[in-house]
Amino acid sequence: MEEIKAAIEAAVPGAGVEIVVNPSVSGQHSLRLRPGDSVSGAVAVAKFLRDDPELALDFLSNVTGVDWPDKEIAEKVKVTRTVTKTVEGVEQAVEETVEETRKRVEPGCLEAVYHLFSVAKGHGPVVLRIKTENRTDQVELPSLTPVWRSAEFQEREIFDLYGIVFTGHPDLRRLLMWEGFKDHPMRRDYVEPDDFEYEPTAHDEVLKRAMAHQAKQKAAETVAGAADAGAGAEGTGVGA
Amino acid sequence: MAVDEGLKIELGKQGVFVTTIEELYNWGRRSSIWPMQFGLACCAIEMIATTMARYDLARFGAEVFRPSPRQADLMIISGTVTKKMAPQVVRLYNQMAEPRYVIAMGACAISGGPFKQGYNVLKGIDRYIPVDVHIPGCPPRPEALLQAFMTLQKKIDGQPLTGPDRPRFLDAEAQGEFPVPVQGEHDLEPTSNPGVWTVPVVIR
Repeated sequence: MEEIKAAIEAAVPGAGVEIVVNPSVSGQHSLRLRPGDSVSGAVAVAKFLRDDPELALDFLSNVTGVDWPDKEIAEKVKVTRTVTKTVEGVEQAVEETVEETRKRVEPGCLEAVYHLFSVAKGHGPVVLRIKTENRTDQVELPSLTPVWRSAEFQEREIFDLYGIVFTGHPDLRRLLMWEGFKDHPMRRDYVEPDDFEYEPTAHDEVLKRAMAHQAKQKAAETVAGAADAGAGAEGTGVGA
Repeated sequence: MAVDEGLKIELGKQGVFVTTIEELYNWGRRSSIWPMQFGLACCAIEMIATTMARYDLARFGAEVFRPSPRQADLMIISGTVTKKMAPQVVRLYNQMAEPRYVIAMGACAISGGPFKQGYNVLKGIDRYIPVDVHIPGCPPRPEALLQAFMTLQKKIDGQPLTGPDRPRFLDAEAQGEFPVPVQGEHDLEPTSNPGVWTVPVVIR
């Protein structure tokens, strides 16, 4: 991994590559291109990975997306401040160290993950990850379809389900959902349509959703009923 | 007017064949149901198996799968109906000539099956078009599909040609076209056809 990183940095000057260590047993570490990397930069790195005689990563087996939502991180910070205290009848300014919990929000991002193999050399996978700047407005990533043709449909799928816009993609349309569909279903903040009106064998999460749907339905009916009662001469209090 | 069964058999023994138009008509219809050549998912593989020599759907006069809805009597919804596909399914059903029948084959077609809680699968095709026979199973065995055929034949046999119980295709007033759902920004619009499907009461 270190070698690949060094090789990339030597071949493509200015390419911001960092190694993401995977602490699990599999130990499958990955390379991440820093956000804000220019379009040509990522494509240059990809071209290098494919064309380098040592690496020869000529086969792209899988492209997928990852959604990292905004994360709230709570950390403890020691703060020193001056406090006025009365010690033995005399007012004094005393320095005191207090532990405080501060919360900061780490902005989320979207990520495209490419799994590369070398058929010629028989090695792999090398995991290449590219991050977007954030998950709302700047969700553009360079398309690697010009480098590996097999990325075409999978990048379209990521565009469909995560909403990453791949610049330089030859035919970027929705793949699974229809044209005119506005949401990106694989994002963590996706809200499903509330169609839990008929769940004959509901349990757990589905039961909760079905109950919520029922309650909402009932509330809507009550509001409608109250409006009707208000229109009449005297409400019987049933609708209220 | 129905013929007395015992009398019919007795007359048959004497070489006299007695029947009614209704009986003859329904016998003709039920013995040549032409399904539409239309498969949606893995259930279609079982449907194909049913038509092959081992299970032999030809015994029911239904071996002619028509690739055009104009020539088909029966639509077998064989598999998952995604929300992307649902408008096309309804449109194909609208294009079929009356009398037409629908078999919803498998868990997905009748209710959404394992994908019921997903965002992209319709929770049963009976929300948009009238279904005559539902077959559970994932996928249903060919025997189950044959059972569905026999159930459908029984249903056709029992259809009167006149009177208030006559089927839709003999009723000039009846609605023959079913509204095709529109693919909206978040979901299909409307989410069901209230003329065909209403929310059943769930007893908990």
